[in-house]
Amino acid sequence: MVREEPHPAMDPVREILEMHERDLGELLQVLIEVQHALHCVPDEAVALISDHLRVTRGHIRGVIGFYSFLSDTYLGEYVVYISDNITDRMLGSDGLAIYLCNRLGVTLGKTRADGRASVHFTSCTGMCDQGPAALVNGLPLTRLTRVRMDEIAKLINARTPVDQWPAEYFRVEDNFRRSDVMFRRTPEPGAALKAAMRRGGDETLKDIQYEEAVDPSSGHAWRRGADETLKELYRSDLRGRGGAGFKAAIKWETCRDISAPERYVVCNADEGEPGTFKDRVLLTSYTDMVFEGMTLCGYVVGSSRGILYIRQEYWYLRPHLEAVLARRRDSALLGRNILGTGFAFDIDIHWGAGAYICGMESALIESLEGRRGKPRKRWPLPVVAGLNNRPTVVNNVETFAAAAMIALKGGAWFAGHGTTHSSGTKLFCVSGDCDRPGIYEYPFGVSVREVLRDCGGLEAQAVQISGPSGTTITRLEFDRILAFEDLSTVGTFMVFGPTRDMFDVVRNFTHFFRHESCGLCTPCRVGTSLLASLVDKVAAGKGSPMDVEQVQKISQIMKTTAHCGLGQTAPNHLLDSLVKFRGDWDKRMVTTEFVPAFDLDAALGEARALTGRDDALAHL
Amino acid sequence: MSPDIRKTFHLDGVEIPFREGQTVFDAAMAAGIYIPHLCHNPDFEPHSSCRLCTVIVNGRPFASCTQPAVAGQDVKSDTPELNDMRRSLTEMLLVEGNHYCPACEKSGNCRLQATAYALGVQYNHYPQFFPHRDVDASHPEIILDRDRCILCGLCVRISRRVDRKNVFAMTGRGITTTIVIDSPSGLLVDSRVSRDDEAVQHCPVGALMMKGEAFKVPIGERRYDTSPISEDSVAKFQAREVRLHG
Ligand SMILES: Cc1cc2nc3c(=O)[nH]c(=O)nc-3n(C[C@H](O)[C@H](O)[C@H](O)COP(=O)(O)O)c2cc1C
Ligand code: SF4
Ligand code: SF4
Ligand code: FES
Repeated sequence: MVREEPHPAMDPVREILEMHERDLGELLQVLIEVQHALHCVPDEAVALISDHLRVTRGHIRGVIGFYSFLSDTYLGEYVVYISDNITDRMLGSDGLAIYLCNRLGVTLGKTRADGRASVHFTSCTGMCDQGPAALVNGLPLTRLTRVRMDEIAKLINARTPVDQWPAEYFRVEDNFRRSDVMFRRTPEPGAALKAAMRRGGDETLKDIQYEEAVDPSSGHAWRRGADETLKELYRSDLRGRGGAGFKAAIKWETCRDISAPERYVVCNADEGEPGTFKDRVLLTSYTDMVFEGMTLCGYVVGSSRGILYIRQEYWYLRPHLEAVLARRRDSALLGRNILGTGFAFDIDIHWGAGAYICGMESALIESLEGRRGKPRKRWPLPVVAGLNNRPTVVNNVETFAAAAMIALKGGAWFAGHGTTHSSGTKLFCVSGDCDRPGIYEYPFGVSVREVLRDCGGLEAQAVQISGPSGTTITRLEFDRILAFEDLSTVGTFMVFGPTRDMFDVVRNFTHFFRHESCGLCTPCRVGTSLLASLVDKVAAGKGSPMDVEQVQKISQIMKTTAHCGLGQTAPNHLLDSLVKFRGDWDKRMVTTEFVPAFDLDAALGEARALTGRDDALAHL
Repeated sequence: MSPDIRKTFHLDGVEIPFREGQTVFDAAMAAGIYIPHLCHNPDFEPHSSCRLCTVIVNGRPFASCTQPAVAGQDVKSDTPELNDMRRSLTEMLLVEGNHYCPACEKSGNCRLQATAYALGVQYNHYPQFFPHRDVDASHPEIILDRDRCILCGLCVRISRRVDRKNVFAMTGRGITTTIVIDSPSGLLVDSRVSRDDEAVQHCPVGALMMKGEAFKVPIGERRYDTSPISEDSVAKFQAREVRLHG
């Protein structure tokens, strides 16, 4: 069927282009704005962008095709994305999605014939503690119910602009339930920077001659302050909070020591791991701490350019983030002459467009450069040759916040909390079957049981630690501890109550990885698809032990040969589940023999239809 | 260290010399040891996507085509486990696209087919995906049959770096990844491609081919009909080494 695409005037595209430099690095940002304005990026817009940025149309089409929130077909005046994390599902999101579709008279994933609306699923939107959640025209809807869906359908049918919808629909809570030493009180903006600079001596902040100060050989107090701060970071033993747990001080020092005309500080706020939402809360309520940590990093490594790469699910934070940046510029905490020292550092915001892989640091850098977010070759590391091939520190939001506190209170203070190999405290994002979902801060080393007790989830049969790519643990393991020594985690803590069917969890995660594989390498691109079909086959009651063997074999191949962490960790939950929740698989197996996924009888359906037969002999 | 001491590492127990900056793959091939590979063509930059060349370096897996050789490291390549994984990866590529070898013009010159033979692929352990992918036959001289594309990215890289035309790009994500053409219509005929482009010479499979050359060389006399891909690749690589480094 050929549907007439609306051909919106291209004026908004021209206006958007005028606001951006003619630089490939602007491409994704331009596409996002065009998508917001036109609810698609039509061919005419591609041509204009291609002329303006001097990028080929092929490249632009490639970028549009990569990111979930960009589309070359018109999605409608109202675009609804239903969050598809398992925690949303446990709160009834799939039923709500169908309900909304019925109310609007749309088919999932298809734009209504009058161009009014479309409804889609999307990967976790980071509102797991207040789901079921969705996005409408980029803004988050929380705590959805049938009643709310009725109201939303009415507003859409009446063409009420989204900014006139009740503010209550969009309310996002911090749900900060437990704070420890790090997030008790927010420090004064600038306090950590001043403390860092003073480490070089009290005179640091007076009468600085910047040229002298930046010359590392000058031994000037200001430069000394940076070196002393790095020493504090070493003393703190701070490890990255984004998953891999790499020591922040080593990364910063490596970046500092490579000679290069420019280097970059990138804050990773992609927060794509389903069930994770701490970075959202930090960027909402500890915004200054995060920006201060980035500025501090600029000071230590000698960079003047910081970039916050943030997932588009958090687009609603844009005015807030811009306002904090503006205030910090006004108070000389950013800009050309920070605290009167002549130190120049500023922060830009770059938005993602719906791609989990862009949280992986080299994919993130590709995305910043206006490309498809596929991971780079393994070497060189981004800290050696990252953005624009320059040394680039990429750290998680929480890592920068911690660095700011370390500058303020010292490395020894920080190292005094947590365990031997995991210093400090950590934010945990608790969601799922518990009484008090939200953010919990604990020193590293806290047991799973203690978190469950505090959040009211002790009944649980399982907890998914660190998201789908992490570890599934059972009741027998609740005394294990959350730390790099045992259960290493980005902080995700999804609780599954006693009546949950753990196979549903596996299925949701498997589909997530199929959707998010970047497609670069064979084992992950094809493997995630094979795994999803095998799991679907078991779900359809056609599974056999041979399928389980296949799952195990493909998982092993992915773990060994996949190019990046996504493909290497994607099978973890399957392997865990097969060991720990085998019962939920076995009850679906009808036979101990092989059952083909291919249904020969169904395949003959077409022939039956053509010949008009449906008798017994026309069936197998 | 004095320059006359040649650095070496161990590959399956054999001592392999290497030049500074060489990859494990290049050093192995120069020493006459074949490592299966599909997305890499030694004449161009590697980008480690097919993963067939995976080896175990000091206990950890890496793609040898991008892994720098380091003196003294212990590399395992020709092991039953790795060859089994390579076989599976090849099968994955075979089921992902639509490969009807007996009817394919590339048969006998195809690296996918030849590699499958070399690894002993007998039948596919995985169900066929039967994807719907477009054929672009718009160009008078060049045909792009996406059904056979293994997404090695060679045409993309070569068109960008060597031809400096950027005719090819990838779009989609994950299992929906496909080749797109840079032209207003998205068709080859409207693009800047020409039959002399390097980018259209190196497709390892029958996805990018010249028109009008069908069966000029009869089946049975083609490149991998006459010598296995392992020997052919090593011979080609060594000739190249001599050409470039004497
Ligand atoms: C598939 C994948 C997704 C990732 N997503 C994120 C993310 O959303 N946020 C993040 O900080 N790190 C993420 N990482 C880890 C980053 O690659 C990188 O290690 C991290 O940003 C470094 O910061 P840190 O040392 O402060 O943790 C991801 C890694 C992989 C492999
Ligand atoms: S493992 Fe997956 S996400 Fe990572 S490079 Fe390979 S295809 Fe892309
Ligand atoms: S068309 Fe050929 S060269 Fe290009 S990506 Fe596909 S298989 Fe590789
Ligand atoms: S040849 Fe090394 S990954 Fe393809």
